[in-house]
Amino acid sequence: MFNLTDFLQFSFAGLTSGAIYALIALGFCVVNNTMGIVNFVQVDFVSLGGMLMFTALFTLGLPMMPGLLLAVAGVGVVAMLVERFGLRPARSDNHLVLIFLTVGLSIILRGIIKLIWGKNRMALPPLTPDEPISLFGATVLPQALWILLLTIVAIGLLTWFFYRTPLGLSMRAVASNPTAAAVVGIPAGRVRLTSYAIAGALGGLAGVLVTPITTLNYDVGVLLGLKGFAAAILGGFGSFPGAILGGVGLGLLESLSAGYLSSAYKDVVAFVVLLLVLFVRPKGLLGK
Amino acid sequence: MLRLDQVGKNFGGLPALSNVSFEVPQGLVTALIGPNGAGKSTLINCTTGVLQPSSGAVRFLQQEITALPAHQIARLGIARTFQNLKLFPRLTVLDNVLTGLTCVGGRSMLMAMLRLPYLRHRERQLKLRAMEALDRFGLADKAAWQAGSLAYGDKKRVELARATVGRSELLLLDEPVAGLNAEETAEVGDQLKLLRSTGHTMLLVEHDMDLVMEIADQVVVLDSGKCIATGTPDEVRKNPLVLEAYLGRMEAMA
Ligand SMILES: Nc1ncnc2c1ncn2[C@@H]1O[C@H](COP(=O)(O)OP(=O)(O)O)[C@@H](O)[C@H]1O
Ligand SMILES: [Mg+2]
Repeated sequence: MFNLTDFLQFSFAGLTSGAIYALIALGFCVVNNTMGIVNFVQVDFVSLGGMLMFTALFTLGLPMMPGLLLAVAGVGVVAMLVERFGLRPARSDNHLVLIFLTVGLSIILRGIIKLIWGKNRMALPPLTPDEPISLFGATVLPQALWILLLTIVAIGLLTWFFYRTPLGLSMRAVASNPTAAAVVGIPAGRVRLTSYAIAGALGGLAGVLVTPITTLNYDVGVLLGLKGFAAAILGGFGSFPGAILGGVGLGLLESLSAGYLSSAYKDVVAFVVLLLVLFVRPKGLLGK
Repeated sequence: MLRLDQVGKNFGGLPALSNVSFEVPQGLVTALIGPNGAGKSTLINCTTGVLQPSSGAVRFLQQEITALPAHQIARLGIARTFQNLKLFPRLTVLDNVLTGLTCVGGRSMLMAMLRLPYLRHRERQLKLRAMEALDRFGLADKAAWQAGSLAYGDKKRVELARATVGRSELLLLDEPVAGLNAEETAEVGDQLKLLRSTGHTMLLVEHDMDLVMEIADQVVVLDSGKCIATGTPDEVRKNPLVLEAYLGRMEAMA
């Protein structure tokens, strides 16, 4: 017997984790579009977001919103340092070399996070107190609503930035044709730096939002990051609408298969569907 | 304004340019001609930082630019088009032309955040300028199209609009009318004459001899990577070396 309340409950959970995957997937896409590489440091940006939020709240004693902004901006700055001092000195255009560098930098950053915050599991409080809300019969945590709301805000800001600012235009130009971008005077270095800042902020936001629901430790971003990576591929690697669609699609698949089949199989089902989609459409749902 | 000194370029040991020296004087149109494979595009690429010369020096306004990256050369005031189109295919026609104003109106992100009203005014001005440039090339009605979806002749003209919109000190045009039909060629020719009459300095690579004879003040002839003649259009037309290397071969083909 089909139960609408159950369905809503599962869908809502799927949307929530889907939003997180979408944020991470967007981070992968931004760097891929301007540099043509997969940036594996993205997964650690997620962990770092949670860690910086923890420090902002409990060491600095900041309120929620300033803490969130500081954590997100902080990861953005760290991401810029990773590009400027981790990738650029390599002076390489070889994608394999650069991708390998991101793997190495990811391990280093994770090590630094472990050194600073330790290996213990920590807990972040939700943005607002956890009084479940009833929505069309389904029970929803306020944190889930925050996740959806702030994801939508982030996507809105990203769209504004890319389509309404000169730097955004420069970034789309580099993604579309790097040689042409150079001869009209667009500095590739600044564009790469900006794409890392954005990727860091997106990953950091995902981390701040999701760690009150999961737990917080130095490698919490790894599995989440892998899912975000999968979401980006599902949607068509590099496509922004694809990243959002892929993230939400993967989240819903996981949650519906956990709800209707068994939670033991949710990852398996999600990845089997991912493979099937890629067999039929190797470029992903919205890939070019 | 632009000076090449003994510029050479090798591709895997094979010389595409050897010891090319000439000057592009300010305010004049210099035509660069020569048979296919002579090295004309390579020379433009070496001048704009798309390729690094293997030897020699390029100077622009007394400054050595030989080793500068392409974006810095553009910022000094050199704009160009490509023989085989390099547009931003996924951007709209208007956005393509707006990128041509990068050096004119490029505001940093910080400025964009701090001075929004100023920026909005500025943005409107830049858009207006880009639309004017599109209008000159008869493309105003296609401003919102994706550049990749245009016909070849329109793409060629979008690239010209992008290169000219910023009013750079020096324009390097690599075969701007190649592949255009007679009507389009005439339109683009008119625009080039207009640019010339407004004092733009140009280096023009072109096979259309009528156009070259009409608008060039000076002609430089390349053959197999070597500069074999320089002079006024009339001088070059009568130069036996040129007749043999270039015009002769053209006639032989005809
Ligand atoms: N990127 C490249 N790699 C190798 N050889 C090249 C390259 N670009 C041009 N060449 C060679 O250099 C020579 C000059 O080419 P090009 O400058 O395109 O001539 P033109 O524009 O006068 O027709 C040709 O022999 C061409 O094959
Ligand atoms: Mg050529």
